[in-house]
Amino acid sequence: MSEPAVRTVGLTRAFGSFTAVAGIDLEVPPGEIFGFLGANGAGKTTAIRMLTGLLAPSAGQAWVAGVPVHDKPERVKPRVGYMSQKFSLYDDLTVAENLDFFGGAYGLSRGRIARRRAELLERVDLTGQEGRLTADLPLGWKQRLALASAILHQPSIVFLDEPTGGVDPIARRAFWDLIYDLAAAGTTVFVTTHYMDEAEYCGRVSIMVDGRIEALDTPAGLKRTYGTRSMQEVFLKAVGA
Amino acid sequence: MKRIVAISRKELLHILRDSRSLTVAIAMPLLLVVMYGYALDMELKDLQLGIMDQDHSPASRQLVRTTISSGFIVDAGRPAAREEIEPAFRQGRFQAVLVIPRGYEEDLASRGGADVQLLVDGADASTAATVDNYLQAVLGLTGQRLRVQSGGPGTAPGPQPVPRILFNPELISSHFIVPGLVAIVLIMICALLTSIAITREKETGTLEQVLTTPVLAGQVILGKVLPYLALGSLDAALVLLAGRFLFGVPMLGSLPALILYTGLYVLVALALGLLISALVGTQRVAMMLALIMTMLPAMILSGFIFPVSSMPLPLQGVAHLIPATYFLRIIRGLMLAGRNWYPMETAVLAGMAVFLLAVAIRKFRGRLD
Repeated sequence: MSEPAVRTVGLTRAFGSFTAVAGIDLEVPPGEIFGFLGANGAGKTTAIRMLTGLLAPSAGQAWVAGVPVHDKPERVKPRVGYMSQKFSLYDDLTVAENLDFFGGAYGLSRGRIARRRAELLERVDLTGQEGRLTADLPLGWKQRLALASAILHQPSIVFLDEPTGGVDPIARRAFWDLIYDLAAAGTTVFVTTHYMDEAEYCGRVSIMVDGRIEALDTPAGLKRTYGTRSMQEVFLKAVGA
Repeated sequence: MKRIVAISRKELLHILRDSRSLTVAIAMPLLLVVMYGYALDMELKDLQLGIMDQDHSPASRQLVRTTISSGFIVDAGRPAAREEIEPAFRQGRFQAVLVIPRGYEEDLASRGGADVQLLVDGADASTAATVDNYLQAVLGLTGQRLRVQSGGPGTAPGPQPVPRILFNPELISSHFIVPGLVAIVLIMICALLTSIAITREKETGTLEQVLTTPVLAGQVILGKVLPYLALGSLDAALVLLAGRFLFGVPMLGSLPALILYTGLYVLVALALGLLISALVGTQRVAMMLALIMTMLPAMILSGFIFPVSSMPLPLQGVAHLIPATYFLRIIRGLMLAGRNWYPMETAVLAGMAVFLLAVAIRKFRGRLD
């Protein structure tokens, strides 16, 4: 087995006296769809921001795609993709302009940007929408565009922070088909969600409570451990609700 | 480099696509210069002058004709006796009174010069000074000596020195004010433009997405500055053209020099805006800060209205931290005196631009932690 896509040892981040992430240990093998669950405020986004090199850890180590993020956060950026919780592409740019800009920001050549753009728009089913202003797209389409933008530079890992918030089940299903495609092609997918049906789609799931990993196993394993029939109940028991 | 281009192109699209802001960005500086250019016109117009000719000679009538023929002076009445003068001042009918004493023509013939008296309403000190200057100039043409008095009749001062004014010989105030306005309007507008360049992205959340890419802080800052440099230069060109053709400000220095100095000054202003943008969290706060930090200091402390050399020492110190102080010297000297070379001012402005950009990059880099 090759080196893990994500490995953390005691990864910690404090903001003043508040510890958002309190020493988490994780190991995610390449190609896995890893569900990163937890209540709002449990520290998921903070953890992801550390793993993507956006935020320096207060303590502990993390290796992402083999890069020591705690040490060289800049070096991890070309190798990971990130889709934040809040839609954060440019509303006043067109679909194509957004992809071109992020391609440029990743330092891709013009030719490669053009090829990847066509390829990805095809894949996320947005071909023909190149000239549309992003602001005018339905939310589900925006999310697919954000995913396309996050994988433009062919990262080995993508971090998706609540990628399907606020859309209908059909759009969510379509999005998860894309996640499966990615994983099947060898990309590691690190995904957070509040939808427990989505948690079922993951290879393994961790549940974060107050900055710590409370549980980590396959969905089936978790249900066995907690003696429940659904991930919903597992989640509620784990967070102590 | 490729990344800077990508950021610049994206920024340019933002600018071009937001047509409302673009209109404001282009129209506002022009509007400000035109409005203030006319409002701050300190020239004398329609001076209400009372004339008391006690000599009733051809020479005295000649003097009166010369005085009123200038076009700036209105013959506001002919007081018959000294007692009428003061009430007329009090009622505001006169701003000044010219008294030509009996014996004027004789003196002129026998001594080659004669005394006349000018009474000026000193309540409005600046108008009084202007009136005084102006009438001295008019009388100087006819070789008179003046007795000047503020307020009512009384003492008569001795002969007046006649100043010779270089470079703006007619003391046309718009020639002095408009270049200063250019300095103020440019720093204000340009700082305002870039103050929202980063804060807007903080508010929309797009900044975080940008920061997940391997772009460097310096690339973001430089990429953002370039398109605004183009926009700022366009503004600069417009206000300078307005100054030249609307207000007839002379342009004695070299045009390429003017373009270079103005470009440098615009860059300083943009860098200041970007620094503000990197430091604060919201567009609203950024815009307020940009306005406060540029407009008032540039108006009051740069030498635009009050000469820096006559300020109290601590304020002089502050004045030397203001970019407008330096640009004001350059642009006035360049346009009105035709001086092209400003090594000290250029060095200071360039230093400011580099310093502000460097701090902006530093602050921007440390932002997310």
